[in-house]
Amino acid sequence: MAKHKTPLLDQLESGPWPSFVSDIKQECDSRAKNAKGVDYQIPADCPDDLLGVLEMSYVDGETHWKHGGIVGVFGYGGGVIGRYCDQPQMFPGVAHFHTVRVNQPSGLYYKTDFLRQLCDLWELRGSGLTNMHGSTGDIVLLGTTTPQLEEIFFELTHNMNNDLGGSGSNLRTPSCCLGQSRCEFACIDTQQLCYDLTNTYQDELHRPAFPYKFKFKIDGCPNGCVAAIARSDFSIIGTWRDEIRIDQKVVAAYAGGEIKPNAGAHAGRDWGKFDIQKEVVERCPSGCIRYEGGKLEINNKECVRCMHCINTMPRALRIGNDRGASILCGAKAPILDGPQMSSLLVPFIKAEEPYSEIKEVIENIWDWWMEEGKNRERLGETMKRLSFQKLLDVTNIKADARHVREPRHNPYIFWKEEEVTGGWKREIADYRKKHQK
Amino acid sequence: MAFISSGYNPEKPMENRITDIGPRHFEEFLPPVIKKNKGTWAYHEILEPGVLLHVADSGDKVYTVRCGAARLMTITHIREICDIADKFCGGHLRFTTRNNIEFMVTTEDEAKALKKELNGRKFSGGSYKFPVGGTGAGVTNIVHTQGWVHCHTPATDASGTVKATMDAVFEEFTSMRLPAPVRIAMACCLNMCGAVHCSDIAILGIHRKPPMIDHEHLDNMCEVPLAVAACPTGAIRPTKTEWQGKQVNTVAVKEERCMFCGNCYTMCPSMPLSDKEGDGIAIMVGGKISNRITRPAFSKVVVPFIPNEPPRWPTMTKVITQILDAYSKGARKYERLGDWANRIGWERFFEVCGLEFSHHLIDDFRDPAYYTWRQTTQFKF
Ligand code: HEM
Ligand code: HEM
Ligand code: SF4
Ligand code: SF4
Ligand code: SF4
Ligand code: SF4
Repeated sequence: MAKHKTPLLDQLESGPWPSFVSDIKQECDSRAKNAKGVDYQIPADCPDDLLGVLEMSYVDGETHWKHGGIVGVFGYGGGVIGRYCDQPQMFPGVAHFHTVRVNQPSGLYYKTDFLRQLCDLWELRGSGLTNMHGSTGDIVLLGTTTPQLEEIFFELTHNMNNDLGGSGSNLRTPSCCLGQSRCEFACIDTQQLCYDLTNTYQDELHRPAFPYKFKFKIDGCPNGCVAAIARSDFSIIGTWRDEIRIDQKVVAAYAGGEIKPNAGAHAGRDWGKFDIQKEVVERCPSGCIRYEGGKLEINNKECVRCMHCINTMPRALRIGNDRGASILCGAKAPILDGPQMSSLLVPFIKAEEPYSEIKEVIENIWDWWMEEGKNRERLGETMKRLSFQKLLDVTNIKADARHVREPRHNPYIFWKEEEVTGGWKREIADYRKKHQK
Repeated sequence: MAFISSGYNPEKPMENRITDIGPRHFEEFLPPVIKKNKGTWAYHEILEPGVLLHVADSGDKVYTVRCGAARLMTITHIREICDIADKFCGGHLRFTTRNNIEFMVTTEDEAKALKKELNGRKFSGGSYKFPVGGTGAGVTNIVHTQGWVHCHTPATDASGTVKATMDAVFEEFTSMRLPAPVRIAMACCLNMCGAVHCSDIAILGIHRKPPMIDHEHLDNMCEVPLAVAACPTGAIRPTKTEWQGKQVNTVAVKEERCMFCGNCYTMCPSMPLSDKEGDGIAIMVGGKISNRITRPAFSKVVVPFIPNEPPRWPTMTKVITQILDAYSKGARKYERLGDWANRIGWERFFEVCGLEFSHHLIDDFRDPAYYTWRQTTQFKF
């Protein structure tokens, strides 16, 4: 028997897409039955009360969660987000309902024994509700009470060999695409790089010392499956700088219709016969492909590595061999000053363990941003306020035409004194010798 | 309910403490065939919607069956996922960045059996538990935020709007008949935890009423200078007011300057702005992240406001399907939604999608505004 009537939410049980309402209801039943005799450490009916408070929001058109208080585990400034219901009398099961961010494994692969451990932990000490995964990539455990936090952390570290993620004004849990584990387009080992950076910067991840949040996201290639370019202050995107490898025999097979283009991604509609000229050559944004006499040629010097030809004929074309990454900086969502995309800082960098070159760029940026960034200012905003040139300065990177889409429109150039012959100090008296008042 | 300790001793918090160990190493979790061929994959194919084949240089093959899931999931559900992975995949599985679940096997027969098994499981309410799909030129799962389920600033619900949308576009999840992939994202307030600022179609919760001010508590709960500094438009100033015969330090809001971003509320809980009539949804389109053919692009607002209509938000889903249908009809193969709109021109976009253009869609926020006005006489009648 449901604890609260939820006529509005019940309407979300129909329709083909997996219903979170049905799912929460099965959790309510499981906790009510308690077949395993679990000694629940937070109210057993918290999922019922969550449905209750959500139904109330559906009626009121407003949230019923209070502004989070500060909670966490000893010595950490991040990883736990405080959450309290504003109708605790009606919904005591979720009066205190904090979120725990658990650091996910790179690439989001799991063994079931780990997931089952997590389930057992969250059955005993939490609501049984999770997000797999939060927008940043963490495993998000939704809903527990303050006294459970240290115990959860103890279990995670001692018995599961796993740490919390980040929240607050610190490094957020880095994340990456699945990369070389299963993608032929991956130019770098995104998973290892992500793991290495996460571990190298544990202190920054758990103890807020930054002006605001800072995110690393790592894509193995310019297709951008984890959205590094749009969502991270420091975006690492795999690329290459030599030639796209071509297998002409397979090109012919594509041309002859023996292999479906784009790995079969368009199979649901009849788009007509595959036409290399129209679908590949003419769509190359830099116009650097030629298809003549059954032979495909790429002028690699002009290629901008957009991935289109490779995506379209993955069996015939492969990424180059001289691989590394581009680094772009400063992406953020609209708050405060409008959205920003990451801007190119390092066109090419080798991404090989121990990744010292990449770390040097990171640390130079942090030193600068921690010194100059205002409270709640993302790196992108600091860059805008203090200039891209300043960013080049602090990272010792030389300006390059690759850094701009086009050169500046206005000639209001901030020349430095040392850049001008003779400096800026002049005597007005000397001037007056030649110019009357 | 007796308190059970795992071993943590509040008297001596440092005793045996383990900190800063990071996540488990990913290699422990990789399926054997993945681990063996890592870095040497030759090519992939999508065999049918939701079923991928990856072939390694060694000739090894891995078949992946991808299925959708609600991001908000319970441990009962996760245990069911584990049961399936134990039965078919030696206890291995993975999640995607867009909240799909992937099961990997090494033969096509196993993949077929897996697909059948996954599509066969349903919740008591009738919905699929693990619908197979989400690959190629179609709609995949929606990245989204917390909404009324768990956050304090939302202007709408996330799980509910996503369920309603995915029900409406379900056919596009299980087939691959669109011109290119369409990524849908959802964020329940302007903080945009869900990165909707770069998606083909974005659902965004927005407020429309300036904050209320709780003079009774403001001075105790908030740092007035922080609240003042939080406002991107300088709408907030410190002031004093009379409250129950007492002078209190508080703030005043110049309401015509407010763009309802909610930053002040984030910094100062005594300035709530949620409201049943004021809150609702904006629809944005044309964003992308990949560098394929054209460069990454921001999403643009095409519908400034749709009221919250829980539980199924019918106006919102109608607008989304209208856009999707027009795109599906009009775009060329490989052309992303924003590239199509750019090609036909945005004035035409509104026409073919049956959407109304209003003054709300002309940017009026600082520098970014200028870059979106038209500086040419090239336009369409
Ligand atoms: C319970 C409340 C909240 C939850 C559950 C939540 C959750 C998340 C998650 C999972 C992400 C993805 C990345 C990350 O930050 O690690 C995110 C991003 C973000 N959050 Fe929150 N968040 C909450 C509150 C807030 C608040 C109060 C703010 C602002 C003051 C905020 C601002 C943002 C912004 C700006 C992003 C980044 C989007 C981007 O640049 O990609 N969030 N949030
Ligand atoms: C073998 C593995 C994969 C391959 C070969 C692959 C291929 C691609 C391609 C070709 C694109 C570019 C789409 C376009 O603009 O035409 C892309 C983009 C993307 N993929 Fe993947 N992908 C893979 C795995 C994944 C997975 C597992 C996910 C998560 C569900 C994912 C999420 C994305 C996202 C979010 C984008 C960005 C789309 C945008 O521009 O907004 N990818 N991928
Ligand atoms: S970003 Fe590139 S390497 Fe990574 S999964 Fe996507 S297509 Fe593959
Ligand atoms: S990767 Fe893009 S730019 Fe380079 S040749 Fe292929 S289509 Fe052209
Ligand atoms: S987008 Fe806004 S309302 Fe939604 S979870 Fe993030 S902060 Fe909360
Ligand atoms: S909602 Fe935003 S614009 Fe309005 S007063 Fe608050 S901070 Fe300023």
